[in-house]
Amino acid sequence: MNTIVDAIEKEHMKLDISDFRPGDTVKVYSKIIEGDKERIQVFEGIVIRKKESGSRASFTVRKISYGVGVEKLFPLHSPGIVRIETVRKGEVRRAKLYYLRQLRGKAFRIKEKKYSQ
Amino acid sequence: MVKGIIGRKLGMTQVFSDDGNVLPVTVIEAGPCIVVQKKTLDNDGYNVLQLGYSEKKVKRLNKPLKGHFKKHNATPCAYLKEFGVDNIEDYQEGDSITIDMFNAGDFVDVTGVSKGKGFAGVVKRWGFRGGPGGHGSMFHKSPGSIGASATPSRVFKGRKMPGRLGGKRVTVQNIQVVEVKPDKNIILLKGAVPGSQNGIITIKSSVKKRNN
Repeated sequence: MNTIVDAIEKEHMKLDISDFRPGDTVKVYSKIIEGDKERIQVFEGIVIRKKESGSRASFTVRKISYGVGVEKLFPLHSPGIVRIETVRKGEVRRAKLYYLRQLRGKAFRIKEKKYSQ
Repeated sequence: MVKGIIGRKLGMTQVFSDDGNVLPVTVIEAGPCIVVQKKTLDNDGYNVLQLGYSEKKVKRLNKPLKGHFKKHNATPCAYLKEFGVDNIEDYQEGDSITIDMFNAGDFVDVTGVSKGKGFAGVVKRWGFRGGPGGHGSMFHKSPGSIGASATPSRVFKGRKMPGRLGGKRVTVQNIQVVEVKPDKNIILLKGAVPGSQNGIITIKSSVKKRNN
């Protein structure tokens, strides 16, 4: 990519995003605009995919809501996202956790990452 | 007021608008252009400014161009194009034209040379539907009948047929300006513009939509 295009992408990037990885359970606080009212909505689930690509970076969060699998794709640098909070670190061996889509109940779990001090 | 400039397409990306939506944008490096020649009604029969973009080494110029730049005392440019003006008296030869004539929200027309697609069939070139893919159809992407038999016993002119596609001058109208960075000579336009990366394009004020 052209360096000037890269510089423009950098202007639209948030540089203070907390570090999280696929397999982590996160809470995403996003702005919802209804008419002229604005409120914050929280979406909590497992990150199953993260795409790094300048200002176009995005990530997908999956959760089971009332027995139905729900996925939401967020643009990482969107001004609509107020905060991303990591609730739990997960230990996984893949970058893309698409296999979780086939799993339900007890199988839809990820081992917690233990830190070696 | 001249409302046109020559530029170079750098590539595409996306930016976030103020309301948080994602906008696809084309990044264009436009100008600064210099007024190489002023053509006037008295002298040339029409009022126009000849703008030059991108410097060129003198030793790479051919003799006619060398003479042209010498006559108008201008630095040699790689690209020359003519732009109409409202009032030609406002400009002098050697004036610099920059991108700050456009503002965010304006509408522009962009002209460039489209990407060459080579020899293309009728489905790609003219949008013919083609036939079914399978079930023994044996008719896939052919043009089909190109006319009747004994009457007129010829193919009408302008019949849509396979041939060279792309590589032609194309204008896209009513493209919105997303952002202008005059200090870096950069303009961001919403959506795509004709041509490949590093292709030379001209940006003009929109013919159909009036800017405020």
